Amino acid sequence: MPDVERVQPGDDIHVERGEISVNRYGPAARVNHWITAASLILLAVSGLALFYPSLFFLTGLFGGGQNTRALHPYFGVVLFISFFVFFLQLWRANLPTRTDVKWVSQINDVVAGREEKLPEVGKYNAGQKFIFWSMAFFILVLIVTGVMVWQAYFAPYVPIETQRIALLVHAISAVLIICVFILHVYAAIWTRGTLRAMTRGTVTGGWAFRHHRKWFRELASRRRVDPAE
Amino acid sequence: MMDSPKTAVSNPPVQPMDSNLGERDLVRRSATSDLPPPERQLTAVAKLIDVSKCIGCKACQSACVEWNDTHPAIGENVGVYTNPHDLTEDMFTLMRFSEWINPETDNLEWLIRKDGCMHCADPGCLKACPAPGAIVQYSNGIVDFIHENCIGCGYCVKGCPFNIPRISKADHRAYKCTLCSDRVAVGQGPACAKACPTQAIVFGTKDDMKKHADERIADLKSRGYANAGLYDPPGVGGTHVMYVLHHNDKPHIYSDLPDDPKISGVVQAWKGATKYVGLATMGVLAVGAALHGVFGKPNRVTAEDDEGAEKLVTNKTGTPEERV
Ligand code: HEM
Ligand code: SF4
Ligand code: SF4
Ligand code: SF4
Repeated sequence: MPDVERVQPGDDIHVERGEISVNRYGPAARVNHWITAASLILLAVSGLALFYPSLFFLTGLFGGGQNTRALHPYFGVVLFISFFVFFLQLWRANLPTRTDVKWVSQINDVVAGREEKLPEVGKYNAGQKFIFWSMAFFILVLIVTGVMVWQAYFAPYVPIETQRIALLVHAISAVLIICVFILHVYAAIWTRGTLRAMTRGTVTGGWAFRHHRKWFRELASRRRVDPAE
Repeated sequence: MMDSPKTAVSNPPVQPMDSNLGERDLVRRSATSDLPPPERQLTAVAKLIDVSKCIGCKACQSACVEWNDTHPAIGENVGVYTNPHDLTEDMFTLMRFSEWINPETDNLEWLIRKDGCMHCADPGCLKACPAPGAIVQYSNGIVDFIHENCIGCGYCVKGCPFNIPRISKADHRAYKCTLCSDRVAVGQGPACAKACPTQAIVFGTKDDMKKHADERIADLKSRGYANAGLYDPPGVGGTHVMYVLHHNDKPHIYSDLPDDPKISGVVQAWKGATKYVGLATMGVLAVGAALHGVFGKPNRVTAEDDEGAEKLVTNKTGTPEERV
């Protein structure tokens, strides 16, 4: 197994008036995350407007069909760049481990919320890693195929048969990334106490203990050896 | 209200006329599923281009530029007669010249084909277009681009089996031959047919054009062109621009005219299965997530979790053993 980073720079435990809070994302990562999220939603809405005639009215949100067509690829470039930075921040902590295999084999316990039966996980569980790598994969496919059909600049230089395939792949990848997105949002809401990791940047001790105990243990043990605190 | 014109030769009527091609004559409209059936059926029209009669004078090209008031840029001569080098948003029709050595006779044959929109009965451009009403098909067979509805996405380019539409860099809209729908609507034939000095281009009802083609083909056969025939490709449901080819067994020798054009399977999959399967997948997932959210128990942090955290941080005894 590769050397998986269980704890990332900036992760830390604080105790204030008896309340434990754990730093999970710094301001840079959070800003990055929300730029990525906003552009993904704008891309999904503007893209679906062109994919389903019954949703064409959504082009009104962007100031009409011409603007939607023109803006969508630019949103894509923003998404690609912001996700790329985010990717560089997170990829080490998302490498697969042996625990992930066990975790996935007990997916029934995961869905039922029986976390006491699951192995302890580090900063990310296999589900989160799956979301991370699928997003990375589909965003790469979407930018490559998207650029190939970007009419204003690149499409005239791409053979038409290639463009046909690119559009088909783009549409399929869009459907799949939207599915991954739904899973991601749902998991974040279902697992109560998760959203504040991306808003305030911290989670509670109980949350970290319940869902990412290996990560939490490591932070706690660092704390004990650190004489400065 | 008058029906479709039957010829391009007659002079324009002098009395003012209403256009006979309107919303109620549409049989297809891009990205529109609930189009009401047309109120009447106009007689199908067609343009017949007899390649064997063309002398390559480009009067048709000039007439097209003049009628449509386009302004193709002055190009550069690269040693071929084809000018401009390709169809553009300002050049809806183009005489393509190719030199072909007939392997049977060892003769050089100079093949000249007037390229442009074929006005397919089953138009791939229209199938691909995501903008409601940007591409329409009238009951007389004409496929027309309605520029104010066009969003400039270029999907029509991918949908067309003949590589016809061009997207303007200036206004980001798609352009192609209209079969002079604005002339046909008031009883006149297309400008190119009117201009052609040899009657290589004729215009009329599709039935008349097929009959006329039969006569031309019989004549060509009698003069040794055993494979002369009509190009009205069934793969796209037939076309409203047809060719008489002296070598109808190999259309590709005429500057890559497709031998058996049809809407690409990739385009069909993109505009067909992908849409329905995609909608179903996203729908099932969204509904499933919502149901799990409403009926499933949320995954909440418990008091024991908080205690456990506390013990771990303060290094109290009773910290749970690591589970693997
Ligand atoms: C990552 C960079 C991306 C680029 C450069 C890009 C580019 C494009 C382009 C050029 C088009 C053609 C329409 C237009 O010109 O606006 C298009 C269509 C589309 N895009 Fe993207 N896109 C990207 C990402 C995405 C993402 C993340 C999604 C989904 C969340 C998405 C969903 C769609 C959809 C559904 C369509 C319509 C496809 C169709 O009608 O078949 N795109 N994209
Ligand atoms: S470029 Fe215009 S006509 Fe062509 S598919 Fe897009 S909206 Fe339709
Ligand atoms: S030739 Fe191309 S542009 Fe013309 S009707 Fe057929 S598919 Fe559309
Ligand atoms: S006007 Fe007639 S003869 Fe002249 S190039 Fe056009 S089709 Fe050929």
